[in-house]
Amino acid sequence: MTATAPGPDAGAPLLDVAGVGKSFPGVRALREASLALRPGRVHALVGENGAGKSTLIKVITGVYRPDSGRITLAGNEVSFDTPLDAQHAGISTIYQEVNLVPLMSVARNLFLGREPRRFGLVDVRAMNAKAAEILADYGVDIGVSGVARPLGSLGLGAQQMVAIARAIQLAARVVIMDEPTSSLERREVLTLFGVIRRLREAGIAVLYVSHRLDELYTICDDVTVLRDGAVVHTGELAELDRLRLVSLMLGRDMSQLRREGVTAFGEHDADEDVEPVLTAENLTIRPKLHGVSLKIRPGEVLGLGGLLGSGRSETAKAIAGGLKRDSGTVTVGGKRLRRGTSAEAVRAGVVMLPEDRKAEGLIPSLSVRQNIVLAALPRLSRFGLVSTTKQDEIVDYFVDRLKIKAASPDQKVSELSGGNQQKVLLARWLCLHPKVLLLDEPTRGIDVGAKAEVQKLIDEFAEEGLGVLLISSELEELIEGSDRVLVLRDGIAVAELTGAQVSEPELLRALASEPTAGIDGENADD
Amino acid sequence: MTSEVVAASGVDRARLLAWLRDYGVYAAIVLLVVVATSLHPAFLSVGNLRVQAFQLVPTLFVSLGMALVIATEGVDLSVGAVIALAASLIPLYLGYNAWIAIALCVVGGAIAGTVSGLMVAVAKVQPIVATLALMIGLRGVAVIFNGNQAKPVNDPVLGAIGLNSVGGVPIVVIAAVVVVLIVLFVVRRTTFGRQLVAVGDNRAASALAGLPVRRVLLTVYIVSGVLAALAGVLLVGHGAEADPATQGLNIELAAITAVVVGGTPLTGGRIRVLGTVAGALFMQLLSATLIQHDVPNSYAQMAEAVIICLAVYAARDRSGR
Repeated sequence: MTATAPGPDAGAPLLDVAGVGKSFPGVRALREASLALRPGRVHALVGENGAGKSTLIKVITGVYRPDSGRITLAGNEVSFDTPLDAQHAGISTIYQEVNLVPLMSVARNLFLGREPRRFGLVDVRAMNAKAAEILADYGVDIGVSGVARPLGSLGLGAQQMVAIARAIQLAARVVIMDEPTSSLERREVLTLFGVIRRLREAGIAVLYVSHRLDELYTICDDVTVLRDGAVVHTGELAELDRLRLVSLMLGRDMSQLRREGVTAFGEHDADEDVEPVLTAENLTIRPKLHGVSLKIRPGEVLGLGGLLGSGRSETAKAIAGGLKRDSGTVTVGGKRLRRGTSAEAVRAGVVMLPEDRKAEGLIPSLSVRQNIVLAALPRLSRFGLVSTTKQDEIVDYFVDRLKIKAASPDQKVSELSGGNQQKVLLARWLCLHPKVLLLDEPTRGIDVGAKAEVQKLIDEFAEEGLGVLLISSELEELIEGSDRVLVLRDGIAVAELTGAQVSEPELLRALASEPTAGIDGENADD
Repeated sequence: MTSEVVAASGVDRARLLAWLRDYGVYAAIVLLVVVATSLHPAFLSVGNLRVQAFQLVPTLFVSLGMALVIATEGVDLSVGAVIALAASLIPLYLGYNAWIAIALCVVGGAIAGTVSGLMVAVAKVQPIVATLALMIGLRGVAVIFNGNQAKPVNDPVLGAIGLNSVGGVPIVVIAAVVVVLIVLFVVRRTTFGRQLVAVGDNRAASALAGLPVRRVLLTVYIVSGVLAALAGVLLVGHGAEADPATQGLNIELAAITAVVVGGTPLTGGRIRVLGTVAGALFMQLLSATLIQHDVPNSYAQMAEAVIICLAVYAARDRSGR
């Protein structure tokens, strides 16, 4: 643990979280986590999925009660029972999703619970005038008539701004922002940064959570890095270069060498001269994905690297039709996919194993057998009648080949273990003889044995000539499983690693790279 | 009581509820028939059974369509209004030919189903809202078509369909058996049957699996509309009267009840065709028995409410979430 002395302009901490622990059944979400927010400083809180950021915020804002540790606000020990208590004490939180009332007017939302009154009634005129004035400061210039309209009529970015304005108006001493920019456009991000700078000048302590390194280095003074529920670093951000920061988040020491054979992947080479089976160009889904292009050759595993929120899943979904593309083209075997629907992609042989098996993959009430043949039904049917013989042949083959462990193919799929459920979904796609397999976190949440099996299967299918896109947050899996790795950052492809470059140090370097003028255009720095 | 006993009884309770959900409605029918017959031996007489059948079949048609819609996590409140539409179309076109009038009723039902289907599948309106709009609007249209009054319908073809028997079995019963068999076949053996359940259980996953989600949704509402129109034809034929203001009134609620009592959950992803038949039959026999024994209507309604609550309780999702 590296503790740096506070900077010259930092006073005593305004909010001091000391040694907080929090456990849930089966998980220790926070272990002895400490965090000190100083007035007039913007403090970055970073960490990957499951690092404990949300739990820490919820402990501070009174959603959870800590199992151990102390929280002091301006020198007094506090213990909040509800988020409202925390709010009254001057801790305002802005969540990732806007949580206001979309059907009420903008002004009402801004003043909810503290409306200006006249003769005991809400003074609508004064409220609207004041709201228009306040919001203009936040770059939401909609005038008095605009603030009288329902909040839901504004764009998502403007709604987020209203939420931020509201939080700050609540006479906050501490403002917590949980990924405030995830739904904002570039211009709105700059406005937000202006607001944050004003908060800093006003002596308010800001806790800023984001995965976007550029933003952190633009606006934050201090940083705390969480990993597996514990603080692994805290100190001034300027003293920590990007590469160190990424290494800390991912738990990788740069001096540590890549360990061979941790995963079940073998080595295979795709022929460089072979025509790509899938070409995607300029995929754009605003505001998450900006012009990502990629090619996958038959027999090749293309890895998609990036931190959380970098646009990996969005890229896969844009290709498979799971999300509507704003622009960009997908070509499979020389044919353009024009409609951009899942049905069209599946017909063309492009299939996706979604990250969220339960929500986007399984049909829980159907049996293993019915789940496997779900997508293949039209091919197993004549005149709309399902051929049981063909169906059973296919099911038997894949249950055997993928070693799906079920009491019988007629068992409900919801009763299987995570690993076997994942294999059922793989079987669903493989029985279509696809050309391209898009795998979004194929081994997340499944046990070690099943994980090795799935990894081996991915290898086998690539050997058989399938093009594979592999998304994984596990560095070993990504490095050892992929022939090439495309690295995404903030929805932009920033690097492509080929051959010997497919290694952990290179990947970390790409993840931490500075934005280049050619790709990112404007830099947010003033 | 030791903890083991408690645990065992917990398992037994879950098993009992599962059994109730799957077979409770059949057991209830047997029980009801035994009780009703012992109180009143004429309950099982041919005459009484015929009366019950004529009342049951239109509701059964509507219930089967409703079951398909509910399996996709939807609901079709417009079925009663579609019956009214059919009742208003028959007198208008009976002058040409009874079969033409019937065909036009089917077309009308299909159009109504297409409208709600498009609202649900394409415009993504909630099924309850989409079909509620149609339920209100369509009956108004039907009453206007019919000149705001009940009209006598004395047509030999319609009368025969509504009243006659072949070999002692009413034609409506034969029609019902045919429709049940068709729906059963579609649900159990066809691609569409599979897709229907998949769409109702997990729409996002079905869409990502490349299933024709919109087509499935549109189809169930069209089928529901057509079955309701046919129910309307039977009602008009049997009653020898077309009265859009009252015919099919509240039948959507009877149909939903039949589906739920039959073990199809309102949350979709599961459909029980024979259960729906049994549900409709049970509700019909229950109200008939209570009426035969001069139980006031208000008490009969309370009894029905208890049955619905029991059915919903037994069918509750117990997957542990």
